[in-house]
Parts: sequence; structure tokens; C-alpha cells
Amino acid sequence: MTTLILRTASVYLMPLLLLFSVFILLRGHYLPGGGFVGGLIASIALVVYGYANGINQIKSFLRFHPGALIPTGVSLSLISGLLPMFAGKPFMTNLWLDGTYPIIGQPGTALIFDTGVYFVVVGTALTIIFSIAEDNEK
Amino acid sequence: MLTAIVLCFAFALVFTLFGKHLRGRITYLTSLLPLSLFIYFLGLQNSLSSGGEFLSIYPWISSLGIDLSFRLDGLSQIFTLIITGIGFTVFLYAAEYLRGHPFLDRFYGYLLMFMGSMLGLVLSDNLITLFIFWELTSISSFFLIGFNHRDQKARKAALTALVITGGGGLFMLLGFVLMGMVAGTYSISEIVLMKSLFSDSIYLGLIVLALFAGAFTKSAQFPFHFWLPDAMRAPTPISTYLHSATMVKAGVYLLARFSPLFDGEIYWNEALILFGTITFIYGAAQSIFKTDLKAILAYTTIAALGIMVMLIGIGTSAAIYALLVFICVHALYKAGLFLVVGSIDKICGTRDITKIRGLRNTSVVLFVAALLAAISSAGLIPTIGYHGKHLIYSSVMESGAWGIGLLVLTIAASILLLCAGLLVGLKPFTGPVSPEVPLQKHTPPAMWITPLLLGLTGLGMGIFYRAPQELLFLPALESLHGGIVSKQMHLWSGTDTLFWLSWGTVLAGIILFVFFRPSHEYSKRDKKFKKFHSRYLLEQGVINVKRTFSFLTHVLQNGYLRYYTAVILTFLIVLISLRMYTGFENGYEFEFALDFTFNELATIIVMVVSILLAVFTTSRVVAVASLGGVGLCICLLFVYFSAPDLAMTQFTIDTLTVVLFVLLLKKLPLYLSKVDTGVNWRDLIISCTFGLLVTIITLEILFTGSVKEISNFYAENAYLLAKGKNVVNVILVDFRGVDTLIEITVLAVSGLGVFSLIRLKMGIDRER
Amino acid sequence: MEVILAIIVGFMYAAGIYLILRRSLVKLIIGLIILGNGVNLLLFLLGGITKGHPPVIGESETFLAGVYADPLPQALILTAIIIIFGLQSFAMIFLQQEYVQGGVEDLDSIKEEEEEK
Repeated sequence: MTTLILRTASVYLMPLLLLFSVFILLRGHYLPGGGFVGGLIASIALVVYGYANGINQIKSFLRFHPGALIPTGVSLSLISGLLPMFAGKPFMTNLWLDGTYPIIGQPGTALIFDTGVYFVVVGTALTIIFSIAEDNEK
Repeated sequence: MLTAIVLCFAFALVFTLFGKHLRGRITYLTSLLPLSLFIYFLGLQNSLSSGGEFLSIYPWISSLGIDLSFRLDGLSQIFTLIITGIGFTVFLYAAEYLRGHPFLDRFYGYLLMFMGSMLGLVLSDNLITLFIFWELTSISSFFLIGFNHRDQKARKAALTALVITGGGGLFMLLGFVLMGMVAGTYSISEIVLMKSLFSDSIYLGLIVLALFAGAFTKSAQFPFHFWLPDAMRAPTPISTYLHSATMVKAGVYLLARFSPLFDGEIYWNEALILFGTITFIYGAAQSIFKTDLKAILAYTTIAALGIMVMLIGIGTSAAIYALLVFICVHALYKAGLFLVVGSIDKICGTRDITKIRGLRNTSVVLFVAALLAAISSAGLIPTIGYHGKHLIYSSVMESGAWGIGLLVLTIAASILLLCAGLLVGLKPFTGPVSPEVPLQKHTPPAMWITPLLLGLTGLGMGIFYRAPQELLFLPALESLHGGIVSKQMHLWSGTDTLFWLSWGTVLAGIILFVFFRPSHEYSKRDKKFKKFHSRYLLEQGVINVKRTFSFLTHVLQNGYLRYYTAVILTFLIVLISLRMYTGFENGYEFEFALDFTFNELATIIVMVVSILLAVFTTSRVVAVASLGGVGLCICLLFVYFSAPDLAMTQFTIDTLTVVLFVLLLKKLPLYLSKVDTGVNWRDLIISCTFGLLVTIITLEILFTGSVKEISNFYAENAYLLAKGKNVVNVILVDFRGVDTLIEITVLAVSGLGVFSLIRLKMGIDRER
Repeated sequence: MEVILAIIVGFMYAAGIYLILRRSLVKLIIGLIILGNGVNLLLFLLGGITKGHPPVIGESETFLAGVYADPLPQALILTAIIIIFGLQSFAMIFLQQEYVQGGVEDLDSIKEEEEEK
């Protein structure tokens, strides 16, 4: 599997796919996409890169264990839900900023929530696959 | 009245829970409770005799028509007086009989619980509360029979009694519910007035049958009688109280209570006469062949209960009157005899009638008490038993077509019972002192005063019969039957037929007693007929049920996961098919059957092929690849049918799944080469049937249509309320955000689970 | 089309169950995955299927109107797909560990191993 072509391609493919995944995440509120899909695309990007260049490469690229993304994501989503409570509104009520932007639409706490989902999905998928891959290498 | 019952239960609770701390010190005092209740009920007697009745209702579950309503009338009064009166003597007696027993306080707890429930039973004016108290007596009887819980036979006897009486009780509940349905009320006093309503009801036969089931099991009628002799394992005070004087009469009480309602209906009278007759003939015949004193008494009790049931079957006011008197007579003399037997047991250390002789010299008072009870049982003038026998004879004589036949049988049974009574009450005291049995000289007063008290009561009621007749029995008859009787109690009624019959019985009984020698031989002969015994049938039934279910458990729970799945699915298939067979509404039109494009058709064909490949290929890699194909096809279907979000998710997940699978495949076992064609076909049939059912259900739902209100709300408000235009995403992150939050938590847990599974293994490796 | 899809759903159920009933661990996993896909498709089908009208509000509009695909089952299925993935990967690794560590070669040997203990 670790052919030269894939290795070379993955070097360019990975950043592109990651960028694409963020784009998908951001546009989710207006067009098909969102945290789940974005997260999955990002994990595929990293898995392909890891396939081509070995797990250690990807570890040094990430600089932290992907498992760390899981609690980060869950807390991010939870915080996004808690934020409105400081503003005196019920849990999970959305707060909006003024003005609309391209791709994102009107940014609000929903975006933070979706980002949390994104992180959880990436974290989980990578944890599962990398754990197995590491196990296999032994 | 509620106070009386609650008092019993409260004390029962105190004794069972905190009895240890009393250490049997106040046992004599406990008998004050039944005594005071006896006096209380006796105090109500005056107003009862003048035709009054007491009714008290405490609302409980009024919405279901279930109230704690209690009603005291003449019939109940006879029972309450027996319960509290005999209860008093038994409480007193047990204090000595069980002196020093480590669980004496628990014993009193159970006994009080029984007394409370028995009082509740006879006082209840509500079918459901009556049932509850009925089962409570069964339960307390269970505890009391098994009181010597280290004796395996006692435990078994307790269980038998509970199964028989409790099971009958459940049937009775069925009857009660049906009665409630027919009458529209559970109030007994209202129901007994609805005779015409019930005789027109289609449930009548069923109700009567259910009542029989309850009453016959409780009152030990043939063929349910065998639990009663077994129950003699209980300490003698228990046998006295529960299994002769009170609890076993609950069935008789029930039949008597409803006799005005069912008298003359379908098979009520015939069945009662039939079962009663069989029972008393059987019981009387068995009784004299027993060698255990308590066994003799147990069978005479069965016989007496049979006579009572027969009297209800005859149903004339004379018969009912005889019944009321006989209940009282029997309670007095049988309790007396039981207490005497208990004392003999204590003195001699045995109850074997062939061994005990010559007690008259050592225990004179006990002898007198025994003799009093025996002559009452024999029906000798001037005891109350004499009146009882006369009333029975005269009512049987006048019972119509079968009168003469019944009379012959009754007289025959009476002769046997008389002989049995003398065997218990006279035989142990006569003859030379037996050298084999060491006698214990000292008998505590309570153990001979109490039977003497009962004997004297019987004698007193016999001599001064007018007071109980006018005050107790006639009002009871009137409250129950509404009629009056011509033949009342008389000490001397001239030398009529009845006179000769009565004395003839006595003479025959005495002759039989003189020439009859009890021996162990008879019980050996009895064992030959073991297989015809209903107990044998029950035991075999229990064994077979056990065997069947152990077999079923073995077959169904064989420990193979696949097998469990297959069984569950098969059951599900049967269940759903049955439902469809009965409830499937046909007639939908397949109007949108075949409108597909080429792309869709191609996708579906690829999908089917991939699935077939995944199922039947022998290569694991091919299987995983086809799995990826199936996922991609579904992804395409999502694209065709306007679900871009789903298509993207499905695509990425599919990729990840395949990657994961390929990574794992190295470390998963190869396919097995073994092929079991039979099992394969079986599974194929199961799975295809299930798939077919899913298809059918799906189609049915599709044709029925679904509600779109929720979806429409989201579609209309996604932008207005949540400022998003991708409705699916808005639902996920906004409308149902909490769900998603929980979902990602679940996902996180599964990730952590995988992580720890592998780390766990690494830890194990490192240790090695 | 609905009829064909309903048949496909039944077919997937049948295939999934048949594989679950086999002894092999790999077939068990494949069966689970197919069954999971079948459930998703069933949910999708029951929500009603629509061609060419995704539940996305147009540029100039403020709410969905006219014909549109039902967004609610789609949201349900989206989460279901992810959850099934989590479940499947856990099941896969669990069975794999059973094989690697416990020496369980097929489903029936789990029971036989229990009996040996």
C-alpha cells in the first residue's frame, strides 16, 4: 500500500482534505455538511496520510494523541450549551452575532457546538484506527 | 371491628419482630387478647339477637369497588365466637405446650396473624378483602405447619398445604371477579340478594365451579383432603386451632355464606351432597384404621367437614340449622380432643394408640376432659353433640328423594366416627398401665384445664340449650336463610324414629369400639393403593413439571450465542406472523410500484450482487470489499433521494469501516472450512422469513402513511428561529442539540472503550 | 420504487441475520454491518422518499415549502450511522481481542471454553 505515488500524493492530499473538512464544517448551517461529515473527512485525511507514511509520522505531525481531541470536543459542545445560561437564557439556547458572512452565514453558539462535534468525531475515529494500527505494528 | 383485626395484626408484627426481647415471659398474657375479643363480640350478641347487624366501611380502593367493609351478622358471629373462644384456650395451652421453645414468640406472632386474618375472613363484606384474608390464613397456616422448620417433612407438609389451599384460593378469586362483573359490586351483602341476576348469568356455572375449587381445597374435601393429615406435623395447638376448629371451616363458611344465592341453581346442591358424602364416608372409614392419635382426629375432621358440606347441599332450613349447630359442636369437641391428645403426647412421649394405656390413674382430670369431648362427639345425651346429631339426622331424613340413602350413609359414618372418638377419648385411659411407655407424672394445669373448659362448655350448652338456641343459632339462621325451623333442639322428644336411630348408632359404635383392635397392619395395607391417591397424582405432576422444564431449559439455554439468536428470532417470527394472520388489513393498492430510473435500477442490482457476495464468498477480502460496495450503493441511494448530508456521512463512514476492517483482518480467524448443510438451511429459512416479514411491515407502514407535523415544524422554523438553512444540520445542532451532545458522548465512550481494550492487552503483554 | 426498496431492506435484514447466525467471527461482524445499513435504509424509507428536493432552504427563501425531503429521519439516520460505526468498531475489536488473547476461533468455542473452566 505504501507506494511512492500514494506517499507523494498524500503529502499534498492531507492538507487539502483537512482544509476541505473545515470548509464542510463551516458551511454546515447553510448547505449540506456539518460537524459529523467534516470530522469524518478530516479523519480520512489523516488516516490516508498515516497509511502512506506510517503512524509515527502522523504522531509527530499532530504532536499530541488524537484521544485528547475527544474530551476537548465534548467540553466545547457543552460550553456552547452553557454559554447562553450566562446570558440568562435556558441551556442550549442559541446566541447570535450580528451580520452574515459568506459560507458560515450568521455565526452563533451553534457553530461552536458543531466544532465540538467535529473534534469528537476526529478524535474517536483516529483513536480507534491508530490504536489498531499500533497494535498491528507490534 | 377493624380495630379488633388491626389489633391482632399489630401484635403479630410486634411479636414476630421484637419477640426475641420478650423471651417468652408474657405468653400467658397474650391469651388476654382473644379473651377480650371474645367478650367484645359476646357483648354485641344482644343487639344481634334482636335482628340487628353491624356494618362498618373504611374506604380503601373505592375506584375499584374495593373497601375494607366489615359486617357482623349471625353466621359471622358463630365464627367469631369460635375463633376467639377456642383461640383463648389454644393461646393458654400453647404457653405450656411449647414452654422453652426458642421461637415461642415467633409462634405467637404467626398465631396472632392467623387469628386476625381469620376474623377478617368471616367479617369481610367485600369479596376482594375476603379473598385477601383467605389467602392470609393460608399463608399463616404455611408458617405454622412448618413451624418446626428443621423437620423436612414439616416443611413439605407446609408447602403442600399452601399449594393446595393457595391454588384453590386463586380459582376462587376468579369466581369472585366474575361475581363482581355480574353483580357490578363486590359487596357480599348486596350480592346475596341478587339471586335472579345470577341465575340468568352465563357465568353461573363457572362461578360455582370456582367457589367449589376454593371451598373444597380449604375445607379438605375429597380429593383435596390429603393436605390436612399432612398438616398434623404442626405443633398440636396449631392442629387444634387451624386444622380442626377454624381455618378448615373457612370453606364451609364460604359455601354457607353464598348458599342463599346459589341454592337450587344448576349443580350446586347435587355436587355438594356428592362431594360431602364421599368425603365423610372416606374420612370416617380411614379414621379408625389409623394408629397415630392425631391422624385419627385429622380424618374425623375431614369426615365432619364432609357432613357440613353435605348439609349445605341439602339446603333446607333444617339442614342449615343443623349445620350451624354442628359447626359449634364440632369445634368444641374436636378442639377438646386435640388438646387432650397434645397432653397425652407430652405425658407419654408418643401418640401411638397401640402403646398408650392406663392413663386414668395418673391424669384424672385429663380423663374427665377427654371423656366429655368423646361423649359429645358420640352424641350422647346431654351434651351439645347430642343436639347436633339429632338435628343432622332429622334434616337428612327430610331431605327428599335421596333421604333414606343419605341417612344410611350418615348413620354408618356416625358409627365409625363415634368409634374413632372413643379410640381417642377413652382408649388411652383404660386398661393396665403399659410398661413400655414411661409416664411423666407432672402435667402443668393449663394443659388439662383448657380441654376441661371446652368439655364443660359443650356439656353446659347441651343442658342449657335454650339460651344458645334462642340467642345464637336461630338469629344466625334467620340472618342467613331467612326461615325458621320446626325441629329445634330438645332434650327429650319422645321415643320416635329419631330416638331409636340415635341410640342405635351409639350402641353400634360402642360395640365396634369394644371389638375393634387398632393395629399397624391397616396402614401397610393402605400403601398398596398409593397410586390411586390424589397426593400421588399431585407429586407425580410436580415431578413431571420439573422434568419438562429442566428439559426445556436444557434445550433452550444451551449456551451457544447463535442458538439464542435463532430461538429469539423464531419466536419473534411466530409472534409477528400470528398478529399479521389475525390483524392484517389487506386491500392496499400497489399504485407506485415500478417507477425507477436506470441509475437506480443499476445501483440496486449492484447492491444485491454485493450482498450476495458478502454472504456467500469464501474469501474474507472479497467479503469486506463487497461490504464497501453495499455501503457505496446506499450512499448513492441517499444521493438519488435528496439526502446529501446522509450521502456524505455514509461515504466517509463506509471508507473508515473498510479501512478498519482491513486493518483488523490480519488478526481475525479465517473462515471455517466445516459446512453444516442442515444448519445452514435452517438459518437460511429463519433469516429469509424474517426479512420477508420486515418487507411486509415496511410496505404496510408505507401504505398507511406517516404523520409529518414535527417535520413540518422544523422545515418552517429552521431559518426563522435558528438562522440556518440546512434543516438537517439545524435539527442536529440546534433543535435537538441535547440529543447530539449525548450522542457524541456515546461516541466518545466507544472510542475510549476501543482504546482501553487495546491498552489492556498491551498491559498484559508488558507484564509477560 | 418504494416497493423495491422495501424488498431490498428485507433482503438486507435476511442477509445480516443469516451471517449473524454463522459460527465465524468475521461473518458475525459483516452481518452486523449489513444489518446496520439495513436499519438505516428502513428508517430512510419510512420517512418517505423524495427525488431532487433536499431539505435545504433556498437562497432567497426563509422556509421550506412545497415538496421537500423529510429532514427529521435524515437527522436521525445521520446520528445512527455514526453510532453504528462506534458500535461496530467496538464489536470488531472486542472479537478480535477475544481471538488474539482468548484463542476464540469461532462463536461456539466461546461456550466450549466456558465449559472447560
